Amino acid sequence: MDADLVDEGHDEIELKGSPIVAAIKASGIEYILSVPDIVTSRGLLRPIARDRDLKLIRVCKEDECIGIASGLYYCGKRALSLIQYTGFLDSINAIRGVGVEYKQPICMMIGLLGHDPHTTPRNSPRYGVRIIEPILDAMGIPHHLINEEPDIARIRPAIDDAYANSHPVALLIGRRPSVS
Amino acid sequence: MMKRDECFRILKRHVTDEVVVATYSSAVDWLALGERTLNYFSVGAMGLDSSHALGLALGRPDKRIICLQGDGSLLMNLGSLVTIAAAAPKNLVHLVVQNRTYEANGGHPIPNTGTDFAAMARSAGYAHAHEFSELANFEQQAAHVLKQEGPVLATLHVEPSGPLTYDYPKLYDAARRAAIKAELS
Repeated sequence: MDADLVDEGHDEIELKGSPIVAAIKASGIEYILSVPDIVTSRGLLRPIARDRDLKLIRVCKEDECIGIASGLYYCGKRALSLIQYTGFLDSINAIRGVGVEYKQPICMMIGLLGHDPHTTPRNSPRYGVRIIEPILDAMGIPHHLINEEPDIARIRPAIDDAYANSHPVALLIGRRPSVS
Repeated sequence: MMKRDECFRILKRHVTDEVVVATYSSAVDWLALGERTLNYFSVGAMGLDSSHALGLALGRPDKRIICLQGDGSLLMNLGSLVTIAAAAPKNLVHLVVQNRTYEANGGHPIPNTGTDFAAMARSAGYAHAHEFSELANFEQQAAHVLKQEGPVLATLHVEPSGPLTYDYPKLYDAARRAAIKAELS
């Protein structure tokens, strides 16, 4: 059975959404740029849409996020692209040009649809998920797996480092964050 | 039918402290009219010009942002019309230079040379949409278009231009990008 068809209630480990949103805000992120992803829909995107401290820009296709984030960066504003791994794959040329070659802090939070959170992304049952980290490595983009509660502490340092040293970063969401 | 460089010469007379986003052939013709710090050429992927412009418009609502986008480029990012309309930046003027070709890639035609971008913008929800085919008309209306509350889109119907020299290292120079970032942030 595809991992994304597993009922969320069967996952004995809870990854809470609210501390992730808090970490995003603590990182100075002002804009969330997003195409909905079922992995992050309930636990992240819906609360973000209600959060008055965050400005949500809903885009039609994920590579738009990369251009918008770049424009905001030139104005001194921080943005996070909240997308699914399929959208990351679709946006690779934009990430290559704007993020990697122009050395810009394109920050991405990427839902790993179909991933089994009990294993690593490289060993995921889903082919599309298995290739994500190797692609990020090939592009020289730092990445961090956010799979369990202690991983949430990685978010702010990762985003701060991206802006301090002007490079893209990918935060991979390994299981569906809960609404709590 | 107008020529792109003629349109840009008219545009230049009205541009003061606006940020001008341009790429490929439009960037070459715009830069030929003079250097200015607020030229934003760091595009990096074809089609993203309108998205860069939206980010700038959101980030600096106090400044006017003018996006000079080719028709082939916009076709790669048609969804940005809907995104821009929804975000509704009042300071964004989106000029689509419709020469009906992928000029920087050999002059091949776009898939449908009769595409009506102004109609698309209107139906997407832009505040205003215009089309210009005559230079005298554009000259008369340019100031008005640039001052309208956005998002505004205007299609400029132009002839394909002659061969251009694409000096990409100069256009996308890191020092140029650093200068505009320092100015805007």
